[in-house]
Amino acid sequence: MQTTITGKAYVLGDNIDTDQIIPAQYLTFNPSIPEEYKQFGKYALSSVPPSQAGLPKGHVPFHTDDEFVSPYKIVVAGKNFGCGSSREHAPIALDAAGIEAVVAEFYARIFYRNSVNGGYLIPLECVERLCERVCTGDELRLDVAAHTMHNLTTGERYELKPLGEVAPILEAGGIFPFARKSGMLG
Amino acid sequence: MTPMTLTEKILAQHAGRDAVGPGDNIWVDVDVLMTHDVCGPGTIGVFKQHFGKDAKVWDREKVVIVPDHYIFTADKMANRNVDVLREFVREQDLPYYYDVGTDKYKGVCHIALPEEGHTRPGEVLFGTDSHTCTAGAFGEFATGIGNTDAGFILGTGKLWVKVPPTMRFVFHGQLPPYLMAKDLILAVIGDIGCDGATYRAMEFDGDGVYALNIEERMTLCNMVIEAGGKNGVIAPDKVTLDYVNARNKHGKAYTPVHTDPGAKFIYEKVYDVTKLQPVVAKPHSPDNRAAVGDVSGTKLDRAYIGSCTGGKLTDFRAAARILKDKTVKIDTFVVPATSEVAAGLKSEKIGSQTLEEVFLSAGAKVGPPSCAACLGGPSDTFGRLNQPLSCISTTNRNFPGRMGHKEARVYLASPLTVAASAVRGAITDPREYLE
Ligand code: SF4
Repeated sequence: MQTTITGKAYVLGDNIDTDQIIPAQYLTFNPSIPEEYKQFGKYALSSVPPSQAGLPKGHVPFHTDDEFVSPYKIVVAGKNFGCGSSREHAPIALDAAGIEAVVAEFYARIFYRNSVNGGYLIPLECVERLCERVCTGDELRLDVAAHTMHNLTTGERYELKPLGEVAPILEAGGIFPFARKSGMLG
Repeated sequence: MTPMTLTEKILAQHAGRDAVGPGDNIWVDVDVLMTHDVCGPGTIGVFKQHFGKDAKVWDREKVVIVPDHYIFTADKMANRNVDVLREFVREQDLPYYYDVGTDKYKGVCHIALPEEGHTRPGEVLFGTDSHTCTAGAFGEFATGIGNTDAGFILGTGKLWVKVPPTMRFVFHGQLPPYLMAKDLILAVIGDIGCDGATYRAMEFDGDGVYALNIEERMTLCNMVIEAGGKNGVIAPDKVTLDYVNARNKHGKAYTPVHTDPGAKFIYEKVYDVTKLQPVVAKPHSPDNRAAVGDVSGTKLDRAYIGSCTGGKLTDFRAAARILKDKTVKIDTFVVPATSEVAAGLKSEKIGSQTLEEVFLSAGAKVGPPSCAACLGGPSDTFGRLNQPLSCISTTNRNFPGRMGHKEARVYLASPLTVAASAVRGAITDPREYLE
């Protein structure tokens, strides 16, 4: 797990569900095949209604239509991020698009688990609502161990919640390396 | 000993502990792992990557594979994914696979599981689908997971879980004929919001719940995920046991579990079902509830009756009560959840007509059993919203893009409300068509 992440913010609102993160029609790609894994990056966040895409202004594309990777590295969102289906394709799509961390008020349970257990990205929770403080395009620096985020564009600093019990799983890189380390797997 | 809720008790038993409490992180033994065509290939990939390409699953009797999502489509990738399942089943010699194009084909996994005897009280079921919580209707712990967790279970038969605190919803009274379980759960989701049960279990209780048949109980538990719930559960009673015993053809032993007197709930709410109204969830969230009366007359382009939550025989019986001898005014799609439900449409009669004849003579289209347009799917999917239409549907989600087009507007409602609205071409209270 990276302990500091620096990159541009892409800001979204509340209740971003898994259909918005990766629409069902692209679920036919098999994430276990590396060329197909990349495809998820191309369609990541493609069902977010344009007015809600890239707040506060909206209508900011996550990437251009033919790009597989987005110029943004950190998603900042509101409440209940990743609600809806159990599709692991959702954190996979964000990972494939180059997102290294999400900072949201809180997560839907399965998305959170999938992010942690698959080791795709770091799901962090903010203390105060940041999706109305941070603007899409702001340069952010996350310090995971100190659970703080620095907005290099505005100079603001924000407190985040500690990762708690999932930290060792994320540090190991997911549930498999974690279970191996703790002696559960041979 | 500290009293425990049903959910806590099942988890404690499966972790080999005397007691667990909310917040405990535990490893549990898995009784059944279910996967389907959308998440199966990824799960199999994870399993092979971590356990080796010649690895065998932990227990072939405990793996159930149900292709159901993208079935009747010309999409090559979708069909390739079913081939991946087929190949895995062959190589692992798995006994519970319900293949497309054979007479074992079932349709929607959450209905296939109980029909084929894979749901039992007191067990732990994980599935690579968020609506796996449906099986809580049988008094078990059932929840959805992703490919990595499922791949882990395939190799080990275990998974870590955090024990959720339990919320309790008590329904009293006799359900009026114009209401269905869908109205109850939409009322709950409207009350607590689509994140109101995040990381929590939802237990349903009260005479109003035990008066429901098993299919209606499944509708209640199906939609706990729409409130963010980890699992939904209803204590097993005679209705449960009769259904389970009639289907448990593999003869597996099970032990019903009940909530201890004095167990702690984090939240409790009591409803008098006789005072509730038919409701819809307006676009674009399942918690965007409105009484049908408040949105009545809203113009619609399409009606859809199907899915794991709204495509069971009870749902079609209800819709047929309204559609009998009527004509639909808008395109109306009928999709039985499983082949068994489809057979029921052909055999069960109201008066001289079968349910299917009622639908066809009303002008509805009847499709083959699968998830179909509930989650959009490939563009040639039966009933998919390829245009920005307004649709009223018995399904469980109405997020942007869920049924196809990202500007389509989807209203969720009971089969009674959907049928009444299909006849009028606008949102309509079912009481207008029920004597
Ligand atoms: S019918 Fe709809 S909600 Fe149910 S399993 Fe299929 S896609 Fe999911």
